[in-house]
Amino acid sequence: MKPSPRKVPLHERPAEERIQDFAEVNDGYSLEQAVAEATRCIQCPSQPCVAGCPVRIDIPGFIRQLRAQKLGQSLQTVKTANMLPAICGRVCPQENQCEQACTVGKIPGSEPVGIGRLERFVADIARQSGEAVPVSAPPSHTKKEQRVAIIGSGPAGLTCAAECARAGLRPTIFEALHEPGGVLTYGIPEFRLPKQIVRYEIENVRALGVEIRTDVLVGRTITLPELQQQYAAIFIGIGAGTPVFMNVPGTNLKGVFSASEVLTRVNLMRAYDFPRSDTPVFHGRNAIVVGGGNVAMDAARSVLRLGAQSVRVVYRRTLEQLPARREEYHHAVQEGITFSWLAVPVAYLGDPKGNLERAQIQRMELGEPDESGRRRPVPIPGDRFVQECDMVVEAIGQSANKVLFETFPGLARNKRGYLQVDPQTLSTSVSGIFAGGDIVTGAATVIEAMGAGKRAAVSIADFLAT
Amino acid sequence: MPYKIVSKKNIAPNQTDCWIQAPLVAQHAQPGQFVVLRVDEVGERIPLTIADADPEQGTIRLIVLQAGESTQKICALQQGEEILNLMGPLGHPSELPENQKLLMVGGGVGIAAILPMVKRAKELGNLVWAILGAKSSEHMILQQEISHFADRTLLCTDDGSLGHKGFVTDVFAQVLSEKKPAFDQGWAVGPTVMMKALSAVAVENDFLLWTSLNPIMVDGTGMCGGCRVTVDGQMKFACVDGPEFDGRKVDWVELLQRQAQYLSAEKQSLQAHGCRLDTLEQKGGEA
Repeated sequence: MKPSPRKVPLHERPAEERIQDFAEVNDGYSLEQAVAEATRCIQCPSQPCVAGCPVRIDIPGFIRQLRAQKLGQSLQTVKTANMLPAICGRVCPQENQCEQACTVGKIPGSEPVGIGRLERFVADIARQSGEAVPVSAPPSHTKKEQRVAIIGSGPAGLTCAAECARAGLRPTIFEALHEPGGVLTYGIPEFRLPKQIVRYEIENVRALGVEIRTDVLVGRTITLPELQQQYAAIFIGIGAGTPVFMNVPGTNLKGVFSASEVLTRVNLMRAYDFPRSDTPVFHGRNAIVVGGGNVAMDAARSVLRLGAQSVRVVYRRTLEQLPARREEYHHAVQEGITFSWLAVPVAYLGDPKGNLERAQIQRMELGEPDESGRRRPVPIPGDRFVQECDMVVEAIGQSANKVLFETFPGLARNKRGYLQVDPQTLSTSVSGIFAGGDIVTGAATVIEAMGAGKRAAVSIADFLAT
Repeated sequence: MPYKIVSKKNIAPNQTDCWIQAPLVAQHAQPGQFVVLRVDEVGERIPLTIADADPEQGTIRLIVLQAGESTQKICALQQGEEILNLMGPLGHPSELPENQKLLMVGGGVGIAAILPMVKRAKELGNLVWAILGAKSSEHMILQQEISHFADRTLLCTDDGSLGHKGFVTDVFAQVLSEKKPAFDQGWAVGPTVMMKALSAVAVENDFLLWTSLNPIMVDGTGMCGGCRVTVDGQMKFACVDGPEFDGRKVDWVELLQRQAQYLSAEKQSLQAHGCRLDTLEQKGGEA
C-alpha cells in the first residue's frame, strides 16, 4: 500500500491565542494520529534515517513498535540511543537530518515520515501516563579511576554523563547556573520546549546514576587542576555562551539587549511571570530583533508574548538563506512578526537619558559568495532608513566563554577561540580532557552537541580502560 | 546544595552582616571578587561582594544592604536558615601589588569590599591608608576591623557625626594633594556616583584608581551581556572582564543610566510584596 503523501496534520493553537501566553504551540499527536503516522513508514531496509540521526536512533525500530502500540518498548528503543527524546522530538531540525533522508520523503509529492513528532509522542505518552522515573541506587564505587567530571549540563554534558553512567563510570556534572539544562533551560523558550519536560528528562539522566552539582563555575568555584586531581577524565561541554554584539554606536543604550539576556530573563528567571517572579524584563512596544537564526525567532516570539505591539526581524540576507527552521519562521509570520530582508542596523539612537528611540538601518544586496558558500551581503551605498523602536534584541551569534580558559590556558584553541579536539576521539590537547558541542564547533544544534557528548563518552570509557 | 546562614547581625540601619556556609567559594575567594545568589525559588540573581572568607570553616561573609526585593529577603532570614543558590567567587581578584603605598576608599556598604583588600594588601607588605565614608556615624560599618589592619583610617560622614563632615572625595583629594606619603595607586568601592566623583579627582591628579563596578547582572558568568560597560572606548562585561577597572577610563554617565534601567520594575516588585520603597533610594551601594 502506498503511504499517504502527507504527514498526519498536527493541531496548532491559533496564533492570536498563543501569543497571549508562553504555552506550547501544539499538543502533539494523539495515539490514533501517532499510529496513523507510524503506518506511513515503509520500513525500508536501507534505513537512511538512522544515518541521518547524529545519535543513531533505531528509527524504523521504534516506529514499528509504536505502530504495534508497544509504547513502552518503543520508548526504550529511542532511549537506548537518546536520553532526551521529548526534547529532541521538539527542537531537532529533523528536516535537515532523519526526515531529510527519509525514503518516503523521496517519493515525488510525498512528505517524509514525521519522525520528530513520533519521537515526541512516545516520550510524552510515557511522561503523561505518570510513569515514575526509575530510581537506581547510586554507584557504590567512588574510586578515582571511574570518576568523570563533566563541565556544563547542556545537551552535550547531559548526554556524555548519561552514556558514561551506562558504561559503568561515575559521572558528576558541574553547572554554573542554579538549574541544569544549559541552553535547554535558559535559551529555548517555554512555548517551544516546556521547562517541565526538560526537568523530567534531566531526572531520567540523574536516575542513571549521574550526579549534578549546580552553582559551580569551573575555573572559579573549582579549578580544572583540582578536577584533574579528583577525576580520572574530564569532559568540557560548556557551549558557546558569550553573546556577540554588532557593537554599532548606541549599543549600550537602555533598550538594547543580547538575545541571551532577554531569553535568560524570560526562561531561566521566569520574568514573564513578574512580579510573582522577582526578575523583571524590559517590555518593548516596538521591537527590532537582529539576526536570522532560531535564537532570533525565539527572541522575537518571546518579545511579542511579553506584549510588544510590533516586532520586526532585521536580517542581512534573504529568506532563502535564513538559518532558522522553516517551521519557526512560519510560526513567527503567523504570529504577526514582520521581516526586513537585506538589512542591518548601523547605529542606535537615543534620548539624552540613554533610552533607545530609533535604529538606523542599512540596506544590503547579495554579492559574491563568502567562505560559507553563501552570497555575502554588501551595503548599498547611501541606502539607509530609520526605524522607530524602543527595544532592540541582537541575536547575531555567540562566542566562547573565556572564564574556564583564562584560569587554564593550557588547552589548545583555534582562531575563533573554540577548543581544538581530535575529530575522532574528541580529546583536547591535554590528556584526559575531552570536549564537545558548541565549545568545539561554535553555535550548532542540540542534537549535534548530543552526538558529540555520546562520542566523547565512548572515548572516555576507552581512555579509562587502557 | 543549601547555603546556611551560620551567623547574622545587624550592624547599621538596613545593613546585615552574615556568614554563610559555602565551602568551595570560601576556599577560592580573593579580595575584589563577588558572588551571585538567589534567595528562593522566585528570587532574582543578585551580585554581592565577598567581604571576607574563612576557608577552614567553609564560610564567606556578606554585608547586605536592604535595597531591592532580594536583599530584603536575605535580611529577613534568620540564623540557621538557608539561601537557595549561591555561586562564586566571580570576577577577577584585585591585582594588589607588593610594597607600595595604597589608598583604599570605601563608601556605604562598599566599605565591605574594602576590608579584604586592606587585609591582603597589608599581608603583601604595602603601606595602606583607608578612607571610609557613610551617611552618619550609625551608618558607618567595619571601621574598627579596617583600622586594625590599615596604617591609617580616615572617616567622614555626610552630617559630620563621625570624622570629617563631607564626602570621601574631599578627603581623597586632600590626601592626594599633600603627597605625604605619595601614594602609588588606589581602590574605590561604593555608590557609582561616589566612584565617579573620585575618578574625576584621580584624573586631575594623574592617579591610578581602580573602581569596582556594580552594573545590573543576571548570570554573572559572561552569558548575558547585561553588565556591559564602556571602558577606554571598549565594550567590557563587568562580570568577567572586571569588576575592577581604571576609574579614569570608565564611562560613568552611561553606567549610571544603565543602572536605572529596571528602577520602575523594582518599585513594582517591592509594591507587589508590600515592602518599603524608601530603601530603593539607597541603591547603588550593592555589589
